[in-house]
Amino acid sequence: MQSYKDFDNGIIPAWCPGCGNFGILDTFKKALFELNIEPHEITLVSGIGQSSKMPHYLKCNGFNGLHGRSLPVATGISVANHKQKVIVFGGDGDTYGEGGNHLLHAFRRNPNITLFVHNNEVYGLTKGQASPTTEFGRHTKAQPFGALSEPLNPLAFAIAMDCSFVARSFSGNLEHLKNIMKMAIMHEGFALVDILQICVSFNKVNNFEWYKDRVYEFKAEYDLADKLRAFEKSQEFGDKIPLGVFYSSARSTFEKNMPIIKENTLVSMQNFPDIKSLIC
Amino acid sequence: MKYTIRICGEAGQGIQTTGEGFSRLFSSLGYNVFSFQDYESRIRGGHNFYQISFSTEEVYAPKKFLDLVLTFDKKGLEYKNLLSDEGIVIYDANSLKQSESDERFVNCPFREMLKDAGLKNIFENVVSFALVSNIFSIDKKYVYKVIQDIFSDKSEDILEQNMKAIDIGYNFEMKKKIDLPSSNNESKILLDGVKGIGIGAIGSGCKFYAAYPMTPSTGVFQYMGANAEKFNIVVEQAEDELSAINMTLGASFAGVRAMTGTSGGGFALMNEALSLSGMTETPIVILLSQRPGPATGFPTRTEQGELLYAINAGHGDFPRVVFAPGDPLECALLTNKAFDISEKYQIPAIVLTDQHLVDSLCSYEKDLKIDLQNQDYRLRSAEFESYQDYKRHKFLDFSKNNPLHPLAVPGDSRQLVFTDSDEHDEEGHITEDGEVRKKQLERRYFWKIENIRKEISPPKIYGNKNSKIVLVGFGSNLGILREIANNKKLSICAIHYSELFPLPLRENSEEALNNILNAYVTICIENNASGQFQKLIESEYRFKFSNNIRKFDGRPFNYDEVLEGIYAII
Repeated sequence: MQSYKDFDNGIIPAWCPGCGNFGILDTFKKALFELNIEPHEITLVSGIGQSSKMPHYLKCNGFNGLHGRSLPVATGISVANHKQKVIVFGGDGDTYGEGGNHLLHAFRRNPNITLFVHNNEVYGLTKGQASPTTEFGRHTKAQPFGALSEPLNPLAFAIAMDCSFVARSFSGNLEHLKNIMKMAIMHEGFALVDILQICVSFNKVNNFEWYKDRVYEFKAEYDLADKLRAFEKSQEFGDKIPLGVFYSSARSTFEKNMPIIKENTLVSMQNFPDIKSLIC
Repeated sequence: MKYTIRICGEAGQGIQTTGEGFSRLFSSLGYNVFSFQDYESRIRGGHNFYQISFSTEEVYAPKKFLDLVLTFDKKGLEYKNLLSDEGIVIYDANSLKQSESDERFVNCPFREMLKDAGLKNIFENVVSFALVSNIFSIDKKYVYKVIQDIFSDKSEDILEQNMKAIDIGYNFEMKKKIDLPSSNNESKILLDGVKGIGIGAIGSGCKFYAAYPMTPSTGVFQYMGANAEKFNIVVEQAEDELSAINMTLGASFAGVRAMTGTSGGGFALMNEALSLSGMTETPIVILLSQRPGPATGFPTRTEQGELLYAINAGHGDFPRVVFAPGDPLECALLTNKAFDISEKYQIPAIVLTDQHLVDSLCSYEKDLKIDLQNQDYRLRSAEFESYQDYKRHKFLDFSKNNPLHPLAVPGDSRQLVFTDSDEHDEEGHITEDGEVRKKQLERRYFWKIENIRKEISPPKIYGNKNSKIVLVGFGSNLGILREIANNKKLSICAIHYSELFPLPLRENSEEALNNILNAYVTICIENNASGQFQKLIESEYRFKFSNNIRKFDGRPFNYDEVLEGIYAII
């Protein structure tokens, strides 16, 4: 490939003008290009939502499945062919709401999958309802008395579950995002990157200005495998919002733990075995 | 000759092991064997039984009347009214704290005998197993062999104590003796529905099986697990059924044959992804092992109540096949056909069984051959690399033998493989174009349903084809249909459907349909309340059955009640 633009597939994204997704898409292509990854070497998996349209807008293998179900599909792909780089894109509703149970169990399994969550703290595609990360009390058409559930802290959740790579970035700081993306893609194991993203249409509160005043880049002064320090850092959200890698641990992956695929990929072993020994 | 033994007791008393022991014993002696299980949804206590019929003639179905009851609980003493003329009950009056004066009840003090020999109560099953074998005048060496096989992984010491327990059983003086006619046959093998499905899946190249445990589908899940290492199968317990089926779709998309299994409640959770399989044209096989619903229903019992659900589940128009095998051998063959059709047409395939079938053992000839049909329809490696202009969802190409565009393995070529749950164009990308949708449906729906139907086999016909009484059933009622067809009192034609959706073309099933049309009495038999199979057949072939026999108490049909039912009708 000559340029990151070689990832373009000519499809025009169906996002709103000014959407944070454009920057994330462009940055993702750059990250792949800089890592020297070719389109056929990756399989992108997504669910439903604006962020889940990502795989359609670049050259890649892809499976755009159901709302909330991208992680099981990605796990199936990664186990069947662990030589493919499997990357998942989802939003806060897709990942933390509809797919919450799968996220919990992906943390436990630790498949070699990178998960990018476009977290805009609102339901965009369904036009403005509260999401699992919407702040308490926010009024919407569907939450007339304000959101009455506390927002989820995805980083604290991930660290508590020993997710093997946990980071946060921001769609308004693309250089930072690119570096985090590269680290997450290269990480062996399950990597969660929560990307704070602007929704120009339905989140008028957490807009660019709001974030700009709050976000700051940090480089952990603690050992990244120190769960307690990482958890402590993950509690910081409000007037100051840290961007960076919070936690990283060297856990063995699901694929490595599965003895059958230790040497060869499962797909390379596809055959029609003799069943004579079973008939007894 | 035909004998039926029922072993009863609480869960945890070794009923299943003892029952399997008898099944093995009689099949090793060359008799035809059929056994089934009746158990409760609990780990200890309650009342379970295991029933074995063996015969020199064909035997495929449960019997109502019992020749020998071996009971380890009081409840087993209540089967008096089910005893055949010569039937007896073996029990230990001391341990049950109940004594029966009826001479058909034979008190065998198992525990006392064990105590005298310095053995623990745990050998009660083995003593009674030997004692019953002795009633049937079976040479002790066969009993040794069965017990050795069952406890082959146990220590030398335990094995020795088991052998001692056999001797105690044989030493018990028994007035009642039954001289079995020799079977004159070689020893037979036993298969249950679980093994049948497992063999079919493994032989079809299933490389990925994900499931969430749910009775009565868990047996297959564990069978795949037990064979995972030997056959290189990834077997994963998913966090829920949504995950199980989506993982299965992922594995299939990546290039391996993949399967999931569940029962009705879990299948309900899988419905959205069943539809996803149809939309993305990702082949998967789903085992739907039925138990009585709705909701949690009767978790450990049997019913055929999800036939129409399996056919209609999932939103939107998409093709599928639903196969309901009739016995363990058909379980293997139809699981294989499910894989083949699923891969060939890139659709979901459902294998519909029930508790009765998965838990029932049937004997087969020792040299049984299971011929599976396998063909790899996918584009792999070099073949994919050299393939011209690959598009995952390309419109039909009638210049090819199979005009459907093949599935390709992502990563095996620089060409890309992309699919989507949204309506999509030929490359698999989202579209809003109505004309594209119409062209996709032309392939994804119309072409597929028309061609799949040609692959569907006609029903099988048993008994007197000219009989004016026709009994029609499906799935796990094959055994009942075959035995009713074999009965010597009444001339009956029995017709069995195992490929239920789509139903065989009229022109491919003329013989069966003519038998039905020419009969005076046409009876539809099924294990559900609403007559789902009857509705399906009647609406497809435009005729009405004159009568029906339905059972929905969670128990399988037995031969005698069905014959009584037919007599009541005629």
